[in-house]
Amino acid sequence: MKQKKVRVLIAKPGLDGHDRGAKVVARFLQENGYEVIYTGLHQSPEQIVNAALQEAVDAIGISVLSGSHNYVFPEVMKLLKERGMGDVVVFGGGTIPEEDIPPLLATGVKALFRPGTPLEEVLEFMKENVG
Amino acid sequence: MNYVEEALRGNQLAGARLIRLLEEGDPQGIEHLKALYPHTGRAFILGMTGPPGAGKSTLVDRIITELRRRDLKVGVVAVDPSSPFSGGAILGDRVRMQRHATDPGVFVRSMATRGHLGGLSRATGEAVLVLDAMGYDVILIETVGVGQDEVEIVDMAHTTAVVCLPGMGDDIQAMKAGILEIGDLFIVNKADRPGADEVVKQLQVMLEMRTAHDQDAWRPPVLKTVAVRNEGIAEVVDAFYTHRDHQERTGILAERKAKRQMHFFRELVKEMAAERIFGVAEGTDHYARMLVDLTARRLDPYTAAETLLDQTLGGGDPR
Repeated sequence: MKQKKVRVLIAKPGLDGHDRGAKVVARFLQENGYEVIYTGLHQSPEQIVNAALQEAVDAIGISVLSGSHNYVFPEVMKLLKERGMGDVVVFGGGTIPEEDIPPLLATGVKALFRPGTPLEEVLEFMKENVG
Repeated sequence: MNYVEEALRGNQLAGARLIRLLEEGDPQGIEHLKALYPHTGRAFILGMTGPPGAGKSTLVDRIITELRRRDLKVGVVAVDPSSPFSGGAILGDRVRMQRHATDPGVFVRSMATRGHLGGLSRATGEAVLVLDAMGYDVILIETVGVGQDEVEIVDMAHTTAVVCLPGMGDDIQAMKAGILEIGDLFIVNKADRPGADEVVKQLQVMLEMRTAHDQDAWRPPVLKTVAVRNEGIAEVVDAFYTHRDHQERTGILAERKAKRQMHFFRELVKEMAAERIFGVAEGTDHYARMLVDLTARRLDPYTAAETLLDQTLGGGDPR
């Protein structure tokens, strides 16, 4: 019996405790048929990538509101490549200044959503890039 | 990547991807599992079950720590429900266990029930086999939050712990017909809350009724824990091993393992038989007519099922 489901890890790195955005996205994806693995707060890039590895996810969504995006995203991308998981789609959201976005996308991050992004846009992105 | 070789070497990426294949019912996954199978049967398989909010995940987290202290490698399969409407799921058991994410001696896999009833997912047993072959000494299965009927875990685990809470006195009355019968040990978690001792007492009374007739019977201990403060955890782990020793000594473990094999085998036959039967029938005119008659209630489902089986398995009247 074939039962294909898309699995997504939603992670919240760093020291800030603002996880509402992450939870809203997690719930929204669940309501649209995705299996969402939620890691909780204060995750290091190492923890995020190991969880993604053990859970065999198709995508990782990372919510950063602490200003540490320029560290977190490149580090996650680097670790994913090291572990042979270059095929995992990484996207993110949070308070990321406009000018920081292009260099992060250049590291392989597929999309970054800024505050105020309609949820439908995230769903469209998922359908197009993940499944 | 050679999944089998790499999984046997303990490669987590290979193990994870193999579990994913199995979860999706990929035939290639089954071929890999056949090759892994001779390397399974070594792990001590523990079940953790109980109502939602009892603290199962937090307990599992602390038990992992204790098992790691004893130098044992730990695999975890944590099951959460899928939404019956969207088919999606939020798997949040990891939140409590993420401290172990960077420990190579721990492997946590979350699974959604995907419509499977009984407290586990269809592929839970397969995931356990993979973790077993990968060399994890202990495999903890955390069921969905259960009430009465979700007792499939006993067919899977060697030792099952039922987690209860203080202040659920009446609930224990209600539970007695269901999950009370499956516990090899009982954990009253959040035992710093009022009412813990009453629940312990109630459980003990009911368990005495269960075992009073048999001298050699295992008497399930009732243990108090405060998982968030790490209290009572070593005692729980000790009790797991005391139960295992008892099961080994009395031959019950061998019996239970045999029963588990039979259960697994029978479930597989059922699943494969259904798949083959529908595989043959679907697309035929006769089957299409049968569905029309069923929908119109001209044909009852019993006769329809008998006819279908007779036609595919032989023995019936081939029309």
